[in-house]
Amino acid sequence: MDLSLFLVQLLNGVQYGLLLFLIASGLTLVFGVMGILNLAHGSMYMIGAYLVYYFTTVTDSFFLAVVIACAIAMIIGIIIERFLITHLYQRDHLDQVLLTVGLIFIFNAAQGYIWGNDPLGVDVPSILSSSIQLTDIVEYPVYRLFISVVCIAIAVAMYYVINHTKLGMMIRAGESNREMVEALGVDIRKLFTIVFAVGVTLSALAGIVSAPIVSLVPGMGERVLISCFVVVVIGGMGSIKGAFVAALLVGIVDTFASVLLPGMSSMTIYLLMAMILIFKPQGLYKS
Amino acid sequence: MLKNTSKIRKITVAASIASSFLLSGFAVQAADKEPIKVGVMLPYSGVYAGLGEAATNGLKQAIRENGNKIAGRPVEFLLSDTEAKPARAPELTSAMTDKDKADFVIGPVHSGVAMGMIKSIRGKDSIMIIPNAGINAATGAFCQPNVFRTSFSSWQTAYPMGAEAVNMGYKKVVTMSWNYGFGKESLAAFEESFEAAGGDVVKKIFIPFPKTEFQSYLTEIASIKPDAVFVFFAGGGSVKFVKDYEAMGLKDKIPLIGSGFLTEGTIEAQGEAAEGLLTTLHYADSLDNPKNKTFRSQYQELYGKPADLYAVQGYDAGQLIIQAVEATSGNTADKDALIKAMESAEIDSPRGQFHFSKAHNPIQNIYLRKVENGENVVVKTAASSLDDPARGCKL
Repeated sequence: MDLSLFLVQLLNGVQYGLLLFLIASGLTLVFGVMGILNLAHGSMYMIGAYLVYYFTTVTDSFFLAVVIACAIAMIIGIIIERFLITHLYQRDHLDQVLLTVGLIFIFNAAQGYIWGNDPLGVDVPSILSSSIQLTDIVEYPVYRLFISVVCIAIAVAMYYVINHTKLGMMIRAGESNREMVEALGVDIRKLFTIVFAVGVTLSALAGIVSAPIVSLVPGMGERVLISCFVVVVIGGMGSIKGAFVAALLVGIVDTFASVLLPGMSSMTIYLLMAMILIFKPQGLYKS
Repeated sequence: MLKNTSKIRKITVAASIASSFLLSGFAVQAADKEPIKVGVMLPYSGVYAGLGEAATNGLKQAIRENGNKIAGRPVEFLLSDTEAKPARAPELTSAMTDKDKADFVIGPVHSGVAMGMIKSIRGKDSIMIIPNAGINAATGAFCQPNVFRTSFSSWQTAYPMGAEAVNMGYKKVVTMSWNYGFGKESLAAFEESFEAAGGDVVKKIFIPFPKTEFQSYLTEIASIKPDAVFVFFAGGGSVKFVKDYEAMGLKDKIPLIGSGFLTEGTIEAQGEAAEGLLTTLHYADSLDNPKNKTFRSQYQELYGKPADLYAVQGYDAGQLIIQAVEATSGNTADKDALIKAMESAEIDSPRGQFHFSKAHNPIQNIYLRKVENGENVVVKTAASSLDDPARGCKL
């Protein structure tokens, strides 16, 4: 593998890792702050992708469709938190699993009913559809770079909000001691609604931005969910910084393993997870 | 799910009782005759639900065109949802053969389910007709006297492309697929004819099923710079692969060829990226023959959407039943006579005429197709009356 090929593969890995971060960040945020394990997280990824497909065909504008799809995802998040999740804060994780697995079935059935089972695709918006020549034969699609920029922007925004704003202060406080935050007079219910809606929207946004480079098929959410859990577990349940580091690690390891160890590539990220858990049972960054 | 199946069955039974009451006023004789029981084991939920539905539509269309009767006997359908889960296949098949005493069992879509069904139907009185599953062994090492296939073997759909690739001047080719049965069989068949014609497969890439993150593999292909790339992908994965291949700028530099499933039912989602791709398959929507035209317009009228490959294969399963039962004048008790009639059947299919090999697989034309304006257009017949080698079959 010469240097230029190595660099292109590294770019592939980083770009895949950043996308994994975008998907996983919402899951780990919701778990860290609220203690809720949302298994329907992958379904929101799917819903985001299908919504942007639908509104792109209706409005003829990808960017307008992104805004509408995000807004709908956020509303779905608020509804789920206010009417369903709210009953489960005092219950154990098993009850949450039951509810959120049920939601997976409901979302899948809704997807089949509304959009059918044939694979669908979204066109890359024309302004981003060009490619950059990297080596004599490899071109890199601008849209993939655009996705990386979006992911980095979200990561920076999350870092800023959590570390430098009042909302972030409450989130950090909620992570470390929920009862104390309530005792200090913070409306924890409102905080939870906001965090859950944001978490769900992040997952939907991941589905939205990847829609033009993936195919929209039934079950796409469950596939994503597994990689997402690997990232969250490696990074440490609830740690956003951990999710960022873990996502890049998984993206790069998976990319190079698929080229260098093709026979074993499907298990390398799980081996990586097992190795890390042996030395750091709580993940890289314990929250 | 079991409950669901029995509910479907109850509805079917109720519907057939109701319809026989209705018919009794007009045609007493028909209602008196025992119905021919056609068990249908296809996926009606999950990823393959669309394929199961199309095959069922095609099957029912054939029976309907025959006046909903064969040799004067009415037809009763027993539907069962396989969910494309191999683990459930033996149990569902036994219910069809032992409890319901189905004369024919149509199914399945999925090759794993097919192997489970074949094991359970061996030596039974029901005759199985496979309307899709392409695994070579179904009419190869595991072939059975009472198992027929109206679709294809994996081998048939990829083998002719090897010689075509050499004709087009490709000497060095990279092959790529998911690491599972259908993909491996397709790549092996391509390699067989490609290397026999003097080509060289420089690298075989198998990726874990159902992974669709192709970026690193495409980068590798670009660094190898082969004359062409042959792939097997289907469904959602083929949409993503074709789009990624174009986005990396490879399409114009390294031609992409494949088994026909690369562009079957996926062209709309692939859009521009699919234009110009060459594939081989035993059917194309645009096939220019009168039978295909009437079949397609009838289908559109009945179901309100265009027919596809899976509908054709289901339709031909229906035609096969009609021919066999008419040849025995409605006697379905003598299975040996039925099987004999099926072995000599000549099917006037929308894909063109075909009949069955000794192993009960279609001997059929394979077409070279090119995507033009969002349609698979037939360029030429890549192999006429191609017979599967049926390796390991002792029939």
